[in-house]
Amino acid sequence: MFRVSVLQTTDVIPSKEKSRCGRVGGVSRSEKMVKQESESANRPDNTAFTQQRLPAWQPILSAGIVIPGFVLIGLAFIGIGVALLVTSRSIQVLELDYTGDGNGSPCSSCSQSTTVNCKCSLNFTLDTLFQGPVFFYYGLSNYFQNYRRYGASKDDNQLYGDLSYFTSPSSSCSPYDYDGSKNPIVPCGSIANSMFNDTFTLTRTVSGKTDSVPLDGKGIAWWTDYNVKYRNPSVTPLKNAFNGTVKPIDWAKPAYELDTSDASNNGFVNQDFLVWMRRAALPNFRKLYRRIDASGDYQNGLPAGNYTIDITYNYPVRVFNGAKKVVFSNVSWMGGKNEFLGIAYLVIGSLCVVMSVVMLIVYAKFKFPDEE
Amino acid sequence: MTWRSPLALVRDALRGQRARENELRSLESNLPYEGLEKGKQPNRYFTSNAIKTTKYSLLFFIPMNLYEQFHRLANLYFVGLVILNFIPQVNAFQPEIALIPICVILSLTAMKDAWEDFRRYQSDRKLNNMPCFIYSRKEKQFVERCWKDVRVGDFVKVVCNEIIPADLLLLYTSDPNGVCHIETANLDGETNLKQRTAVSGVCNTHPKFEPESFKGIVVCEKPNNNLNHFKGYVEKPDKQKVGAGIESLLLRGCTVRNTDHAVGFVVYAGHETKSMLNNSGPRYKRSKLERRLNIDVFFCVILLFTMCLIGALGHYLWLNAMPVVPPYLVPPTSGQLDSPSLASFYMFFTMIILLQILIPISLYVSIELVKISQIFFITNDIDLYDEETDSRIQCKALNITEDLGQIEYIFSDKTGTLTENKMVFRRCSIMGTEYPHKENAIRLAVLDEPEAEEEVLFNQHPQPLPTGWSLDSEEANAEDTHGHGSRRRSKVTGNAQSDVAFSSPLETEVVPDGKLFQKISRTSSSSLSHSQKTDAYLDFFLALAICNTVVVSMATSQRRRVSHTNTPLETLSRLMRNAGSIFKFCKRKPKRNRTFTEDSEEHFQPSGQTEGVRTTGLQPCSLHPPSLSDKPALTSDNLRYEAESPDEAALVYAAKAYGFTLLSRTPDSVSVKLPSGEVLDFEVLDTLTFDSNRKRMSVLVRHPITKEYVLYTKGADFAIMELLGTPYYASILTGQSTVTQRHLDCYAKEGLRTLCIAKKVQNHTEAVYKRWSVDRKKAMAAIEDRERLVMDTAVQLETNLTLLGATGIEDRLQENVPDTIQALREAGIKVWVLTGDKPETAVNIGYACGLLEDEDLIHTITAVFQITCTNILDCTLEEVRRYNADPRNVDTTLNMSLVIDGLTLDKALSPDLLDRFVALVKHCRSVLCCRVTPLQKSRVVKVIREKLKVMTLAAGDGANDVNMIQAADIGIGISGQEGMQAVMASDFAISRFKHLKKLLLVHGHWCYTRLANMIIYFFYKNVAYVNLLFWYQFFCGFSATAMIDYWLMIFFNLFFTSLPPIMFGIMDKDISAEMLLGVPELYKTGQGEGDYRFTTFWVSILDAFYQSLVCFFVPYLVYQDSDIDMFTFGTPLNTSALFIILLHLSIEIKSWTVVHWIIMLGSVALYFIVTLAYSAVCVTCNPPSNPYWILQSQMEDPMFYLISVFQLCLCLFPNTRLFVLDFLAQWFSTANLNHPEVFKGNRQCSHSLMLPFS
Repeated sequence: MFRVSVLQTTDVIPSKEKSRCGRVGGVSRSEKMVKQESESANRPDNTAFTQQRLPAWQPILSAGIVIPGFVLIGLAFIGIGVALLVTSRSIQVLELDYTGDGNGSPCSSCSQSTTVNCKCSLNFTLDTLFQGPVFFYYGLSNYFQNYRRYGASKDDNQLYGDLSYFTSPSSSCSPYDYDGSKNPIVPCGSIANSMFNDTFTLTRTVSGKTDSVPLDGKGIAWWTDYNVKYRNPSVTPLKNAFNGTVKPIDWAKPAYELDTSDASNNGFVNQDFLVWMRRAALPNFRKLYRRIDASGDYQNGLPAGNYTIDITYNYPVRVFNGAKKVVFSNVSWMGGKNEFLGIAYLVIGSLCVVMSVVMLIVYAKFKFPDEE
Repeated sequence: MTWRSPLALVRDALRGQRARENELRSLESNLPYEGLEKGKQPNRYFTSNAIKTTKYSLLFFIPMNLYEQFHRLANLYFVGLVILNFIPQVNAFQPEIALIPICVILSLTAMKDAWEDFRRYQSDRKLNNMPCFIYSRKEKQFVERCWKDVRVGDFVKVVCNEIIPADLLLLYTSDPNGVCHIETANLDGETNLKQRTAVSGVCNTHPKFEPESFKGIVVCEKPNNNLNHFKGYVEKPDKQKVGAGIESLLLRGCTVRNTDHAVGFVVYAGHETKSMLNNSGPRYKRSKLERRLNIDVFFCVILLFTMCLIGALGHYLWLNAMPVVPPYLVPPTSGQLDSPSLASFYMFFTMIILLQILIPISLYVSIELVKISQIFFITNDIDLYDEETDSRIQCKALNITEDLGQIEYIFSDKTGTLTENKMVFRRCSIMGTEYPHKENAIRLAVLDEPEAEEEVLFNQHPQPLPTGWSLDSEEANAEDTHGHGSRRRSKVTGNAQSDVAFSSPLETEVVPDGKLFQKISRTSSSSLSHSQKTDAYLDFFLALAICNTVVVSMATSQRRRVSHTNTPLETLSRLMRNAGSIFKFCKRKPKRNRTFTEDSEEHFQPSGQTEGVRTTGLQPCSLHPPSLSDKPALTSDNLRYEAESPDEAALVYAAKAYGFTLLSRTPDSVSVKLPSGEVLDFEVLDTLTFDSNRKRMSVLVRHPITKEYVLYTKGADFAIMELLGTPYYASILTGQSTVTQRHLDCYAKEGLRTLCIAKKVQNHTEAVYKRWSVDRKKAMAAIEDRERLVMDTAVQLETNLTLLGATGIEDRLQENVPDTIQALREAGIKVWVLTGDKPETAVNIGYACGLLEDEDLIHTITAVFQITCTNILDCTLEEVRRYNADPRNVDTTLNMSLVIDGLTLDKALSPDLLDRFVALVKHCRSVLCCRVTPLQKSRVVKVIREKLKVMTLAAGDGANDVNMIQAADIGIGISGQEGMQAVMASDFAISRFKHLKKLLLVHGHWCYTRLANMIIYFFYKNVAYVNLLFWYQFFCGFSATAMIDYWLMIFFNLFFTSLPPIMFGIMDKDISAEMLLGVPELYKTGQGEGDYRFTTFWVSILDAFYQSLVCFFVPYLVYQDSDIDMFTFGTPLNTSALFIILLHLSIEIKSWTVVHWIIMLGSVALYFIVTLAYSAVCVTCNPPSNPYWILQSQMEDPMFYLISVFQLCLCLFPNTRLFVLDFLAQWFSTANLNHPEVFKGNRQCSHSLMLPFS
C-alpha cells in the first residue's frame, strides 16, 4: 500500500544508541537520572488504559441474583399483563361492516352500482350505555396506503401552503399533477386524489322519535398536522388561491369547499383530509371519522337504544377485494381495544416465574459448597 | 529545447526500454559528456536519483484516489446501489440520500490517503534535496549538488558520517589500503561496521584521485533487491576485466564510518538502488478469520438475493391477485401500469437498494479500525517491552492480529531465538588435549545471578600483576587487590565495549585456563617466534586470531552518528508501524528528539572520551610482562572487534585472553601480537569467506618468518573432518582426530557450539599459487555462475587440512524460555525447533528449554538412504498405532519427540515419504530438526502448513530464518544480535522469546475473540435491522416501503450503532490476562475452527431473524386494525431495534469499563437527541416521509414503553434460556469439578461468540 523509503531508522536503532549512551559512565546522580529517563524513552506508558487494566465491572450471575431477578421480572410482567388485560376488557367496541358484498346486507345495492352519493343505512341496537367518550371510525381493509409509490405521491410544499407549488406541483405527484388539459391539480398526488369520501350521519330512535346524534369533527387530526405541517395559503378568500388549478380528478368538490358548514375547515386543513393524508401503517386500518359530542343525552356516551347510520356510499372497495366498516369505540390510556399485549405479558411473566421455580429446585437439590 | 522528430523519440524510448531490461548494463562515465544535451548522455536511459514515493499528484488526486478506492469490491457495490437508485423505475429512496453513506466513506478514506501521501511527499522532497558532492569536469573538483541531481555514471564523493546517496561502485578511499567502512544500520539494522574495498587499477589514484582518468566501462547486472549480492566488472580500455562484488559496492542509505572520504561511480540510482528495491512497504497478509469472513459475506449476498427474490415474487403475486386497479396503485407518468412481471422485475432491484445494509460494508472499515487499535494495545504493552534494548514489540503486518490467537504450530530457530546469541568461549581442545576452562565457567555461573554481577565479575577478574603473570599468585591476590574505584572502572570498560556488536563483558572477558596458559607461556618463551618448528598451540591461537573477518577498531576512535530522528528518514512505514500509537507519537516525538540529540551529541561524546582516558589505567586482560606494558597495553585494551557473527568475535577475544591479540586487519594484512609482545604481520593473500554450503571459512596468509603459504580454516566439525588426513600426518592425526571428535561430541552434549580449527601449509610453489590466484580472480569477476566458480576455487585450496583443535562456545538460553515453552505447549501449541546445529547440541538445548522431557520417548532419525528412512518412519508409525490401539493407553497420550537431521529431513520430505512423515509428526509432542538449511526450514513450515492445514508461526532472529518467517502464517522476528533481516521480514518483531507467551496467550486470544465476536455481531446487527424492513414488505404489497425515515435509517447504521461494536472489538476482555497466562489451556478455544465457526455465524443469523420477528410482530399485533400511521408505527420500531441491538451487545460484553458505559449510553443519547431534534425541525424536508413530532408524541404514550419493554424481554429471552442452561451446567460442574475458575474461563470463551449468556 505504501512505498516507503528505506532510509529510515527502525525503532530499535535509535533506542539502542540511547541505551548505550545511557549506560556509559553515569557518574553523578543527576546525570544518572537523566540517563534513566532517556534509557527508557521507548517504554510504553504504564497507564490503566494502555495496559488494558481499566477497572471493569464483570457481571457475574450467581443464584442469589438470578432467581430473585427472575421472580421479580415475572411478577412485574404478570402485574402489567393483568392491568393491560383488564383495561382492554373494559373497552367497548362496535364494528359494523357495510361493504355490501352479501345480498342481505343493507348496502349491497350501493356496492353494485356506480351512482354517486348512493344512500344506504345500517341499523344497530345498544342494550346498555356505550361509555363515552365514544369515537366514530371508518375502517378499510386490504387497502394499501403504505404502498411505496402511493406514499410518495404528494407534494409537501404545496400542502404547506406554498403558492408557487400550486401552479407547478412536484413531479412526485405524477400522474396526478396535471389534468388532461395541463392544469395543475391542487392538492396533487395519489393520496389526496383517493381521499375517502363516504359520509355518515348517526341517528337514534327513542320511542319512535328520531334524534340526530351530535358528531364532533374538530380536532380529530393530529395537532401538528393541523397547525404545522398543513397550511392554507394566506389568501382571502381561500378560493382565489386555487385560481388556475383544478380539483383532484376523483373529488366531487374542490378543496376549498370541502366543508360548507365551517369555513375554517376547508382547504388543506380540513380535518377529514388531514386524517386521510396520514397514511395508515397496515393494510387493514381504521381512521377517526368523528367523536360523539358529549352533550345533552350523550354526556356519558351513547345511551341504550336503536341507532341508524345513514351512509353516503361513494368509495369503491369491492374492486380490490376490500371491505369498509364503521367502528364505535371508546378509548383508555392504552388506546383502543387490544388483548394481545396483556396476554403476552402474562405468558412471559408466568414463564419467568416457572423458570425461577425450576432453578430454585435445582439449586436446593444440589447444595453447592461454594455458593454458601 | 530542440525539436526532435516523433520517430526519433519513439526509437529512443524503445532503446531506453531495452537498455533497462537488459540482463547486463554497460555504464560509461558521464564526465566526457558533461554539459551536453540530454540526448547525448550515455546513461540517459537509467533512472535518476530523484525518488518519488507518492502515489498521487496534486492535480489528479481526486480521480486517482477514487480509482484506487473503487478497486475495493465493497465500494463498487455501494456505487452500484447509488446508480440503481438514480433509475426512476427502481429507486427506493431519493437518490441524493443514497449518496450519503458512500460519500462519507469515500471522503474519509480520501482524507486519510491525502494526508499519508503528503507525508510521503515531504519526506521525498527532503531526501531529494539532501546535499552531496558530484565531480564536475568543468570545475575540476567535486561540487555540491542535491541527491536528486545524481545520475548513473557520475562520480560522487562521500565523506565520513555522511549517508550515501546512491549505489556506488567504490573506486577510491582516503584509506591507503583502499578500504571504506560503512554502517548498514539504516538498511538492515546491523550496527557493526562493514568493510568495503575499492576496485583498484581503474583510475589514477596517485597522488590524487582523478575521476577523469576513468576510461573503462562498468558492466553490471540488472538492478535487484539482494542486499548481499552484486555482480559486475569494470572493463578497462585494454579489455582487461576487473571483478567487482558486493564488497566494492556502497549502498544507498548506508553511512560512511571511520573513513575520511570515498569516491564511487554511480551504478544504480534512485528507485533502482538496492535499498529502494528492498522497500516493499508494510506487508498485507490475509488472516484466516478474514478468509472465513468473506465466505460469510458471500452467504449474506445469497441471503440478500433470496430476500429480494421473495420480495419480487411476492409483488408479482400481489399484483396478479388484484382484479382491477385499486386507487392506491399509482401508475407511472405514462399513465399505464407496468405488467406485473415487469413491475416485479423492477421491484427486485428496488429491494436490493432497500435491503442493502445486509451486506455489512461498514464492517470492513470497522475491522481496520479495530485492528489498528489492537496493534496500539499490543505495542503499548509494558510486558512486551524490553528494558535492555529499550524496544517495544513492533507490529509490521497490520491485519493479522487475530491470527495470533489461532496458532497451532510454532517453528523456532534456536540460536538467538531460544538462546541469547551471546557467544561465550567455554572450552577448547588442542591437539587432542581438552582444556575445560573451569575458572571461566565459574565466572559465567556467577554471572547468572544478576544481583551479584557487578561484585563477582570483578572478583574473578585476573589482576595485572606488577611482577608479570604468575598464575599461582593470581588466585591469592584476586580477593584483596580490588578496590572500589577500580571496580567501577571495570564496569565502565565493560559497558563501553558493549557499544560494539557482540561484545558484552560476558563475551569479551575470557578467563584463561590455567594449564593451557602455562603451556603457552612455556612454548612462547622457550621457542619464541623464530623457531622453525611451529608449535600447534601457537598455531591454534594464531588461527583463532587470524581466521575471521572481524573489523578491528579503537575504542577511542569515536563513531559519531548523525541524529536519525531529525533526518528526513522518518517516513511512513515508521508511521504505519506506530499507527496504533498515535497519541503516543504526538506526545513522544518532541521528547524523543530532545533526549536523542542530548544523548548522541553531548553525552556520548564526552563519555566516549572519559572512557578512553579511564581505560588507560586498567589492563584487565593484559597477560604480557609489565616491561612491555605501557604503550602496547594501551592499544590492545582499546581494541574492539566487530564481527558479523558472534562466535567470531568470541574466538578473537579468547585468543586475546591468551595474549594473541589481533591488532589490526586490512584486506592485505593482519597483525597479531604474540604473548611475547612481538608483533607479527601476516600478509593476507586471500579470504575464502564463509558460506552455508561449505560451512567453513579460510584465510590464506604468508607467514612473515617462514614465508610459507599457510591456510587457516575454521568451520563445522563435519565440514573440517572430511578434509583431514594427509599421509604425512596420518599416524598422528588418526589418533588426534578421534580424540578431538570425542571432545566435540562432549561439547555438543553440553549444548556448546563447536568449531574445528585446522591449518594447512601450502607446499605449492609461487607459480601454483599464482595460477590459483588467477582462477580465483576470474571466478570473482564472473557474472554467470559466480557462486559455483568461487566455491570451486575455495574447495581446491581447502584440502588435506591438519587438525589443530576445536572450540566449544556456549550460547546461553534466554530467560524464561522453558517456562514459555511449557505454557505454549499447555496451550495446545506444538513447538518445533529448527536449527543448524549438531543433533547433540540441539537435543541438549531441547532438554534445557523443556522441549524434551526425561520421560519422553525420543526418536532420533538419521538415515543415509531413502530405504532406511522409509523403514524407520514405518516402524515408528506402527509403534504409535500399536500404542494407541492398546486399551491400556486410552487415557494417556504418547509423549513422543522426534529428532531429525537435515539430510534425513530431505528424504523424509521427498514426495513419496512426505505423507508418512507428516502422519508421524502429528503424533509428536515436539520435533527437533538439526543441521537444516534456511531453505529446508521454510520447506518444513510450508509442508506442515499445507498438509495439516494448521496455523503456523515461525520465530527467528537471523538472516537464515527469513525464508521460514515468510513461509509461516505469522512470522516473528527477534531483534537480537544478528542484524535486522529477520525483523524486516517479520510480521511482528519482539526482543525476547518469552514475550511470545503473552503475545499469543493474551493478546492473541483477545484479538481473536474480540474480532470474531465483533464480526459475528456485525452480521447479526445488520440482519436483524434489515429484516424489520423485510417483514414489513409482507404488509405493504412488497412495494419496498420503509416505515422508518430514510435519514434515521442511514444514521442508524452510520452513527447510532457503529461505535459500540467497534469499542467491543477493541476493549472487551472475555477472560482476564492473569487467567489466560495462568491457564494456557484457554488458548485452545481459538485453535482450529475456533470461535468463529460456520454454526456460530448461522446461529447468530437465526438469532437476528428471531429478534427481528419479535421486534416487528409485537407492535404489529398490538396495532393491528388500529388507526396507527406508518411512521408512528416505524419510529418506535427503530427505537426498540436500537435498544435490542445494544442490549444484545451489552450481554456479550464481558467486562464493563468506563469507556463501555460512556459509549453505550452515549449511543442511546445520541439516538434520542438526533431523532428528537430531527423530528422537531423537519417539517417538509424529506418529502416521502414526514416524521414531524412523531417520536415526541410516541414518548408521551405509555404503550410505547410497554411495547418496547416487552419486545426487549422477548427478544433476549432465548439468550436467557441458554444462559439458564449454561448457568445450571456451571453449577453442576462446580459441584463435580471444584475448579470453578477454569470452568468459568472455558464457559466464557466457548459461548461468548454464539449468543449472549450462552
